[in-house]
Amino acid sequence: MSGIYQNLFGPRVPANELESNRVRYMVPTLFLSLARVLLLLSLFLPYWHMSLQAPQYPNGLSVTAYVNHLTGDVHEIDALNHYIGMRPLEEAASFERAASVWMIIAMVLLVEGAAFVHSRWAALLALPVVLFPVGFLLDLSYWLAHFGTHLDPKAPLSSSIKPFVPPVLGEGSVGQFSTVSSAGAGLWFAAVCSVLVVVALYFHRRAYKPLHDRLAAATPTAKEQPCAS
Amino acid sequence: MKTAKLSIPRTLAMAAVVGAMLVGSSPTVHADWQPPAKKRVKKEKEVAPPTQAQLDALAKLAVARKLTPDDLMAAAKTYMPSGRIDDYILFASGGQSGSVFVVGVPSMRLLRSIAVFTPESWQGYGFSGENDPIRERLKVNGKDVDWGDTHHPALSETKGEYDGQFLFIGDKANSRVGVIDLRDFETKQIVKNPLTISDHGGMFVTPDTDYVIEGGQYATVLGNGYAPLGDYQKSYRGLITFWKFDRATGRVDEAKSFAMELPPYFQDLADAGKGPSEGLVFLNSFNTEMATGGIENGKPPFEAGASQRDMDYMHIIDLHKAEAAFKAGKVEKINGFSVIRIATSISDGLLFLTPEPKSPHGVDVTPNGQYAVVAGKLDPHVTVYSTEKIKKAIAEKSYSGTDPYNLPILNYDAVMEAQVEVGLGPLHTQFDEKGYAYTSLFLESAVARWTLGGDYAKLHEEQPWKLVTKTPVQYNIGHLCVAGGDSASPDGKYLIAMNKWSIDRFFTTGPLLPQNFQLIDISEGGTTMPVLYDCPMGVGEPHYAQMIKADKLKPWGVYPEVGWDPQTQAVEPGAPAPGAERVVKKGNQVEVFMTAVRSHFSPEHVEIDEGDHVVWHITNTERTMDATHGFCIGGYNINLSLEPGEYERIEFTADKPGTYPYYCTEFCSALHLEMMGYLTIKPKDYKAAAK
Repeated sequence: MSGIYQNLFGPRVPANELESNRVRYMVPTLFLSLARVLLLLSLFLPYWHMSLQAPQYPNGLSVTAYVNHLTGDVHEIDALNHYIGMRPLEEAASFERAASVWMIIAMVLLVEGAAFVHSRWAALLALPVVLFPVGFLLDLSYWLAHFGTHLDPKAPLSSSIKPFVPPVLGEGSVGQFSTVSSAGAGLWFAAVCSVLVVVALYFHRRAYKPLHDRLAAATPTAKEQPCAS
Repeated sequence: MKTAKLSIPRTLAMAAVVGAMLVGSSPTVHADWQPPAKKRVKKEKEVAPPTQAQLDALAKLAVARKLTPDDLMAAAKTYMPSGRIDDYILFASGGQSGSVFVVGVPSMRLLRSIAVFTPESWQGYGFSGENDPIRERLKVNGKDVDWGDTHHPALSETKGEYDGQFLFIGDKANSRVGVIDLRDFETKQIVKNPLTISDHGGMFVTPDTDYVIEGGQYATVLGNGYAPLGDYQKSYRGLITFWKFDRATGRVDEAKSFAMELPPYFQDLADAGKGPSEGLVFLNSFNTEMATGGIENGKPPFEAGASQRDMDYMHIIDLHKAEAAFKAGKVEKINGFSVIRIATSISDGLLFLTPEPKSPHGVDVTPNGQYAVVAGKLDPHVTVYSTEKIKKAIAEKSYSGTDPYNLPILNYDAVMEAQVEVGLGPLHTQFDEKGYAYTSLFLESAVARWTLGGDYAKLHEEQPWKLVTKTPVQYNIGHLCVAGGDSASPDGKYLIAMNKWSIDRFFTTGPLLPQNFQLIDISEGGTTMPVLYDCPMGVGEPHYAQMIKADKLKPWGVYPEVGWDPQTQAVEPGAPAPGAERVVKKGNQVEVFMTAVRSHFSPEHVEIDEGDHVVWHITNTERTMDATHGFCIGGYNINLSLEPGEYERIEFTADKPGTYPYYCTEFCSALHLEMMGYLTIKPKDYKAAAK
């Protein structure tokens, strides 16, 4: 039983070891904590912007995506999109938006768990967070492509606007509109979070691998050896 | 791992709170209202001065177009490059058009009209078929009256300064008050004075807009009564009405309003005191001769009979005391309206007269409230009264006699401060912040600048109470207007001369010519006061105007929410919503619930039967500025202007069968022509053709 436990959760740090090498064991935990805070904060921040410019919109139009909702000129963009047969933006990624808050909370809890697990399984727990920003962009690309290429062929302007895929980041154009898409602060937070977790995993391994190896080659010696660094 | 163990519950709690906040508050798309216009933070571009080559080209152009250097300066002072917004907004009455006109200054571009007393089809004002609340509101004594004669607009004030919230406009022809809400520039209320049929001296507001003042004009038998003209002095009466304004509801409260019976002189323009004179109201009059005309019977015509005396009477009303008398019930109800009788005015000390020369046309209180200026019309002077001396004379009962109705006449010499000879036909006076007053001279066709004295003397270099300069205007000036020129804080950069005749200023548009608004630069003191621009007003004959700094107005770009009823300034609960469009038929009662959005109405088929009675609701669900839709049904006199978010209701009886394409009347989009539908009204005797 203790073997499985040992395998899954890795070794516990003996008290005297923790006393003498506090920094070594604190670093991964600190990085993981910071990552968790950033990811939670990102819930309140915009993940993605698209701004649109056209002659009759001197102030431009814009739409801002948060993980669970859209703000900006959604009403007007939908009104315009109906001419080319695009579905209302609200219909895009409805599952993702409904699940996003709980998914992010779950990922935060997994990272929390990773800090507690002193084995290679920590990396598995942290994996969703590491992949999250890329996953967000891939999902967004999918929806942009899906919406842009599934236009109602009976729409009024279907003959003048061919199916198109707006770029997920950067500049594009459709009809009289030029568009600029960019990552919002939330996505940047998620990206930094992803990097922090990778860095944390590196320090995590550096702290617990030797401990693990030492315990694996378990000797009955009562004396503690200093850890190799 | 103490840290890890401790942080699990902490993070859990944090996550739960965050999750609850996010999921609970906003799990869906926010497709609702966004503030209409993102703030126009247009960065002021630095402008490089013209190069010598450009100046040479300009000089060449000026010579070719016969433009003097002064003309070039005037053009440079008024020209607005595309996209630049005017600094001031002028609200001009529209005379017989029954409307108010909104003009940008200094460009003098007509921005829009506001329908008030006259149905107006562009704004869909009075074109919603049967039981139109606007048509109901326009009725006078039960009769359809489809026009008004708008004369004097008054912006609402707070502490004597324009607050940009409401505009009041009087209808001389039918003695009515229109209340316009300056959030959407639409008329919200029309109040008919039940005591008389016509007026002139409206509207003027007290410094906090507690009351909107309507001065009378032609004496009548109050309450729409009758008496032969031979009984003029006995039975005819003049009038001033104090309409209580409720700012919270944005409406005049007729039950809290009252009027004062006045002698049958022709009362005219009024002004409310402010600062030290707050609580006093000043009112001009002419025809204190009480002439009744009769040119056809060999009697002197009104124009002569009403101009015999060298002095008429300025009326001075103690509004606080009058309000107290009204609240104490010292009134008579005439036609259901509270009227303070002359006897009460005498016994309670509410009303005083003082001589004013001669057949004057305008009493204007200086910004500091210390003086009231009367322009003599048939006397070449403006006469300045000290409000402090008036108060003293009232307190000391310094009377020179009484009028035929036993009203006390304050001793002229005790209240008069100064007279300034300004020229022929002085009519109206406005003020700036530099200690100058400006008086329109109708007969001379000029604007006179003259100096105020007292506390104002230190603001200018000239002697007090002296004419400084005159600027000729083209032609026959009536009112004039300075931004805030009747308020506690004028902003004297521009003056608008409101000229009655234009003669040779514009292309001759047949025998009916436009009026001419002339823009005058009064920003420099002394004798510099050039005319900058002529603006034709070919849509009615404006009388007075008020001008406000544009940034004091906070208009809506779109209605705040979808389904907005401008009449109540609230969301109409029954307004059709997207997805709930339908046609409901019960017997011969049809109810249509329609939405309008670019570029379709929903539904597009409304199939009914001859004789059906139709109530038709439409909501414009747009949230974008200028995405206005129209809606018309030909042959049924129906046209709506549905501004973004607006809800409207129409009603008609389908008594003329046929096929009626309905369509959007405001060019809305590339597919505007396709924004239509069919109303088919099946004849009672219709039989489907055999197939």
